[in-house]
Amino acid sequence: MMERNLLDIRAESDELTTDKMWVIMGPQHPFSHGLWTLKVELDGEIVTDAEPIIGYLHRGWEKECENRDYPKIIPMTDRLCYAASMTYSHLYCMTVEKALGIEVPEKAQYLRVVADEICRISSHLMWLAAVGTDLGNLTVFLWSMREREYWMDLFVRLCGARMTTNYPRIGGVRNDITELFDRDVDRCTERFEKALWDIIALVDDSSIFVSRMKGTGVLTREQCVNLGITGPAMRGTGVDFDIRRDDPYEVYDKLDFEVPVLNDGDSYSRYLVRVEELFQSCRLIKQAMQKIRSIGKNAPYRLKVPSKVPAGTAMCRLEDPRGESMMYLVSDGTEKPYRLKVRSPIFVNVSAAKPLVVGSRVADVPVIMAMIDMCLGETDR
Amino acid sequence: MAYKSILDWITFGNIMENPWYPFGDLYNLPFDISYKLWEIIGGALAWLINLLLPGNPVSTWLVADGTSVGGALLIFMIVIFLVVFICTLLSLWMERKVLGRLMDRRGTMIGLKGFLQCVADGLKTFLKENTLPKKIDKMTYMWTVALVIGVSVLIACMIPLSGRWFVVNYETGLLIIMAFFALAPFLILVSGWAQNNKYSLIGGMRAAELMISYEIPILIMIMTGCFLAGSFNIGDIVNAQRDIWYIVPMAIGFVTFIFCATAEAERTPFDIAEAEAELVEGWQTEYAGMKWGLIMLAEYFRGYVSCAMIVILFLGGWNIPFVSDNVNNLVPELVFLAKVWLVFFVMILMRGAFARVRTDQIVNIGWKVFMPLSVLNFVIVLLLKAGGIY
Amino acid sequence: MDTEAIYQKPTEAEIQGLLEARFGDKVRVTETGTRRVYADVDREVLHDVCVYLHDHMTFEHIQSLTGVDLVDNLRVVYHIDNYFNGCVVELNVDIPNDDPHVRTISDIWVGGNWHEREAWELFGIVFDGHKKLERLLTPDTYEFFPFRKSYKLRGQE
Repeated sequence: MMERNLLDIRAESDELTTDKMWVIMGPQHPFSHGLWTLKVELDGEIVTDAEPIIGYLHRGWEKECENRDYPKIIPMTDRLCYAASMTYSHLYCMTVEKALGIEVPEKAQYLRVVADEICRISSHLMWLAAVGTDLGNLTVFLWSMREREYWMDLFVRLCGARMTTNYPRIGGVRNDITELFDRDVDRCTERFEKALWDIIALVDDSSIFVSRMKGTGVLTREQCVNLGITGPAMRGTGVDFDIRRDDPYEVYDKLDFEVPVLNDGDSYSRYLVRVEELFQSCRLIKQAMQKIRSIGKNAPYRLKVPSKVPAGTAMCRLEDPRGESMMYLVSDGTEKPYRLKVRSPIFVNVSAAKPLVVGSRVADVPVIMAMIDMCLGETDR
Repeated sequence: MAYKSILDWITFGNIMENPWYPFGDLYNLPFDISYKLWEIIGGALAWLINLLLPGNPVSTWLVADGTSVGGALLIFMIVIFLVVFICTLLSLWMERKVLGRLMDRRGTMIGLKGFLQCVADGLKTFLKENTLPKKIDKMTYMWTVALVIGVSVLIACMIPLSGRWFVVNYETGLLIIMAFFALAPFLILVSGWAQNNKYSLIGGMRAAELMISYEIPILIMIMTGCFLAGSFNIGDIVNAQRDIWYIVPMAIGFVTFIFCATAEAERTPFDIAEAEAELVEGWQTEYAGMKWGLIMLAEYFRGYVSCAMIVILFLGGWNIPFVSDNVNNLVPELVFLAKVWLVFFVMILMRGAFARVRTDQIVNIGWKVFMPLSVLNFVIVLLLKAGGIY
Repeated sequence: MDTEAIYQKPTEAEIQGLLEARFGDKVRVTETGTRRVYADVDREVLHDVCVYLHDHMTFEHIQSLTGVDLVDNLRVVYHIDNYFNGCVVELNVDIPNDDPHVRTISDIWVGGNWHEREAWELFGIVFDGHKKLERLLTPDTYEFFPFRKSYKLRGQE
């Protein structure tokens, strides 16, 4: 805001007027959950205009990939998003496999599904934690983080790492399930399905939580689709679409699960969709683990693949915890990709910040943006 | 009178017989303690001086009635403040531990079951550099924070712990505490302007917004309690609920008052003036180091006062119902403090379970829920009074 | 085929047939797969094709917009989604290096807004009619387009 002399204001008009003011929320702000800025114009407490600013974390990821061999990009894909690293390495491997024209073994496909769904659960729990802090309650934060810890331990059992897992490979996965993972995954899933009710009881049964989320950030179906919002935020606005079901990849068409869709289009329905997705992910993990056990221990889980990818293009998309992520690969027949494009769901979702927050109160801005579940690693790339 | 040994100088006389005794015919325990402390200090000094210069007037002046009361008052201030300060630190420690257990973590762990963490935090904030932002209105910036802290400490000291532990025994005690209590939001509003920061400004506005929503219901309920007791004096109100606490006739008022008192102390779910999710730290954004540490401490002082007001108005103060006076008069101070911490425990539970409300919601709740409920509470009390039950 | 009718769930063959019937040889469908249609489009008719896809075949969502530097020419790749049957249409638009202009589609799909800004700042492809074509990820002071092949990284020279 420009500095103005009090006398100047008096000279302008005799009446008492109120100025609108721009408040710059970010990049170092408790609500932003990462390095980004939301400039909001406030009239009192009402938001009248907003502009998101990103780019603080731009690393030229896609350009860096043009300089590396295909297998060497897999660890880099883990760095796209800290909360859902597995989905991006999975997506990358799927894209290269499509360009190579190979089919991965069935066991590897189920293993990828299990890894993806664990990743979805841990990412959603991270989101639930963020919702807790944005609503001013730390109990939700710590309880979700406690639950997330069990899933992180499962990751350690599966591939030895917690966050940057580096598990999928082009042509399969790095290793078969370990005995410890096999032992713990069912226990963990069953325990989680009970423990999640604690958090749900804390949030859903409290009228303060619900009244903070209900009726904020309302979008219609047409607006939401036109703005390009994807993922749970879209399904909370009445769009019945999930890539896992409607454009299935890997073995999702052989598994039984439901896609939660709600029509209210406010923050609360987005919240409910995500919580329901947690239960559905548990269902998927159980089914996929049964299949993996019935396939047997000695089944192959990885193919040998050529290091050179034939010239051409390949496009793959996948249901990330946050929305649709897509990779587009242009290859020129060498060991390195010619161009690798990442479509990040948050990149588009955050561009819709203005229609989401305008008209609400400044206290609602963190809640509305929490439902988008910001992750800046994949947004800025 | 001849002074021979040191015991002649330190007599431990009855303070009630002292003509300068400032509390009339009411016995005051902390003053008695500080009077005796002064007798030890002043008497020992007088004895020493008399040893060196026998028969000098200074020695007799030091143990004179008026001087003793004056010295005792100085020590009295320190005793009163220290007790309140330690009580507040204990509630701070309790909040950290209980909140920690609610959230499935340990809470503070440094020394004495984590109590020393409060001391460590205090030392740390005191050692911090005193930073001032540019372009602030420096005088207002410093004065408002000093007044917010000062007023909070003042009202915390004014709360009586029992019939014998008080600073002043006003006929309008509760009203004066309430008046000082309601000062802080104004100061926060001014401070928000002084800081040249938009977050602080919004935080200050919100403090004012919050105040208009709970202040009137809380005053109506205080008035109802005083109406029931027939006095504004805290001692009278407490003694009026010797056996049946006012929570029985004013059950609706009690629940409403807990929420209003939470808002008064600016604790979750009503801490909208410092909503850290959207306003960074609200009106405290530009305060750093020791100033911020004292503000946080002042908040706990206010929390302590809120709980104390609930105890005084609804939970029978320092009385235990249905026991003989001998038992009741044993340690009424500890009974009072135990009740205060019990209420504070409820407030901690609320903080652990609730989210922060929005500004328009708190105004809505204040005028559409708290206000009618407090009036309803008053009507019930009026009927009870008219029916001759009270 | 009726090119004016509205198809909510067009099949791959329908999309191919409709596009070719409506736009002739300006849209060349190169390949179709399960729920995928790949097509080359001349840049003159790109906006019309997009409007047609949006209005008549309920392709409501632009999934992504990719710039590619093929050294000889630039290319913009559009992936457009249908939410009713999960079908994706890929449109490839080649544009010459010396005239990197293409008409914006952010008036049809607002979601394409930032994709176009990104393609502009990284490849220098100008989207005519875009309301705010400014740098998004890179600093405002950049005067080059870092994702073009002419911009070499260390170790790439």
